[in-house]
Order: sequence, then C-alpha cells, then structure tokens
Amino acid sequence: MLAVFQNKNMVMCTNFICEIISRIVKVGVIVFPGSNCDRDMFHVLTDVFHLNAQYFWHEKGLPHDIDAVVLPGGFSYGDRLRAGVIAANSPIIDDVKKLANKGIPILGVCNGFQILVESNLLPGVLLKNDSLNFMCQWTNLIVKNNKTPFTNKLQLNQKIPIPIANGEGRYYADAQLMHDLKNNNQIVFTYQNYVNGSVQQIAGLCNEDGNVVGMMPHPERAAEGVINPIDNIPSSLIFESLIHTIGVKN
Amino acid sequence: MLTYIVHVIIENKPNISDPEGDTILNDLVLKGNNSSVKKIRAGKILKFTVEASDKKKAEKIVEKICQELRIFNPLVSKVVIEAKTN
Repeated sequence: MLAVFQNKNMVMCTNFICEIISRIVKVGVIVFPGSNCDRDMFHVLTDVFHLNAQYFWHEKGLPHDIDAVVLPGGFSYGDRLRAGVIAANSPIIDDVKKLANKGIPILGVCNGFQILVESNLLPGVLLKNDSLNFMCQWTNLIVKNNKTPFTNKLQLNQKIPIPIANGEGRYYADAQLMHDLKNNNQIVFTYQNYVNGSVQQIAGLCNEDGNVVGMMPHPERAAEGVINPIDNIPSSLIFESLIHTIGVKN
Repeated sequence: MLTYIVHVIIENKPNISDPEGDTILNDLVLKGNNSSVKKIRAGKILKFTVEASDKKKAEKIVEKICQELRIFNPLVSKVVIEAKTN
C-alpha cells in the first residue's frame, strides 16, 4: 500500500518536473505575412502541451538560446511566384538556418514545409497537386523515420490520422535525390494511400542531420480529441516527441 | 507542312494591377538590393506545337484559337503570340 502511494507520489513529482521543464524551454512560432495556422500552432504548444511558445515576426531575429522553431501553415505572400519562395527570403530565415546548423529542432508544417524547401533547408520541391485542386481532407500517414525530434515517441510504421489542406503539396524529387533520401533515412512520413501524386507518397521529410522536419499535413489540427474524430494520440505524439527531445536536452 | 512552336504570352494590360508581379518586385527582388529593377509583370506562357505551311499561318491558327476559346480575357489581358521554328 505504501509502495503504491510512493509510486503515485513519484509519478506526480515526475509530472511536476516535466511541467516545469516544459515551461522553461522556449519554442518560437514564426509569423509571415499570410501565415494563418500560427495561432492554432501556438494554442496547441501552450494550452495543450504547456510549452513556453512565443511568436516571432518574420522581419525580426530569433534568440540564440531558443529550443525549437516552428514554421506554421498558411499562405505567406499569397503563394505568389511559388508557395514559400518569398518567405524563404525573409530576414528571419538566416537565423533559422543558423539554428538548424546548431541542431535545434525545426518543424515546418504545410506552408512552413514549402518555406523550408524553398530556403534549401530541405531538399526537393513541392508542386501543385496532380488534381490541380486545393485538397482539404483527412489522410493517414505512416511513420517511416522515428529518430527525429518530432517522431521519437512514435513507432515505426505507426498510422497517424491527420488532415491535409493545401494546393501545392505534391512532393517531387528526381531519381538521384530519391536515392539519397532513402540512403540517409530522410523520408519521415508517407501517405498510406495515393493522395496527390507525391513521389513515393512522401508527405514529410527531414534534413540529413534529422533536426529539420517538414510535413504537409497539420498535426496542430489533429492533436486534440475534441477536433480529431478518429484518434488524436498519434498526432499528439509529434508534440510529445519534441517535449521529450528538448526536455532531455535541458 | 512544318512544325512550329507558337508562344502565347499573357499578362495583364498596363492599367490593370498585377499584385503577383508587385510582390515579386517589392518583397523579393528589391529586398535583395537590386535597385536597378523598376518593374516586374507576372504572366503566363502557353506553348502550342502546331503544324502549318509557314510561320504566319501558325500564328494565325493559334490566334484564332485563343480568341474563340477565350484563352486570354480581352478586357484585361495583353497577349503576344509568336511562332518559333521547331
């Protein structure tokens, strides 16, 4: 009986320490002109996972002691020229590149992924969906790499029910790049079924070091039971992975 | 019969605003210290591969198609149609 009580106390204590750690670490959410998922991301980071998140306008710099950076979804600069290309030239991207080189976890979701690709932080390109339609629907992802800071709490081949909402989400890489992506284990998520013509159904990938991850689907729209009619646990593990990563580091 | 590639370049007329071109100019090119650039107009190019007896005829065929199918909007679009030998 006493042992159980002590265990309970231990769990409470561990939870308390985790809570404290997650309040100390700082996650930056970058806001570009036309970002529209920044608040959803901020809400999930702060209200759901109790992280200390902060908005950073694209013309400002990022603090050097930041623990993680998220580039949210949206339509930066109205997708003019190509989705993400103008935002990729924002002043803040220089800091994102420096942090990426230091191994800080960086996540790009949807337009954030497009910006990471256009700024050469991730390889390849995102083209218009083969239907030429804006696609807004639930999909199933399969985890292909569970070693990244955003997937280390997930199982390999675990299924993630998650929504997509994009017009330019068809990932393309030529044969040489595909070869490299496979060799370096850079493919992080694939769609379970055919969705938009992405080469080898790629939905998300990471850089060679694994700390920069981009994904077209929206984990911030799937990590809470109240807005996920299927199963919110797998998506919430993306955020739990980040907490695990930066919590361990601290 | 020869094969020609007919380029159809469509852009907004000078008096019609072009937010895409303006964004590329103001938020990309000018931020890169390229102050010699004064204006950018965004447009669309279609390439028709056409069989015709000469260059002029190839252009005429495409021009007719563009007008009949309203490939450009005559109210707001400026269009340049030029054939190149394949």
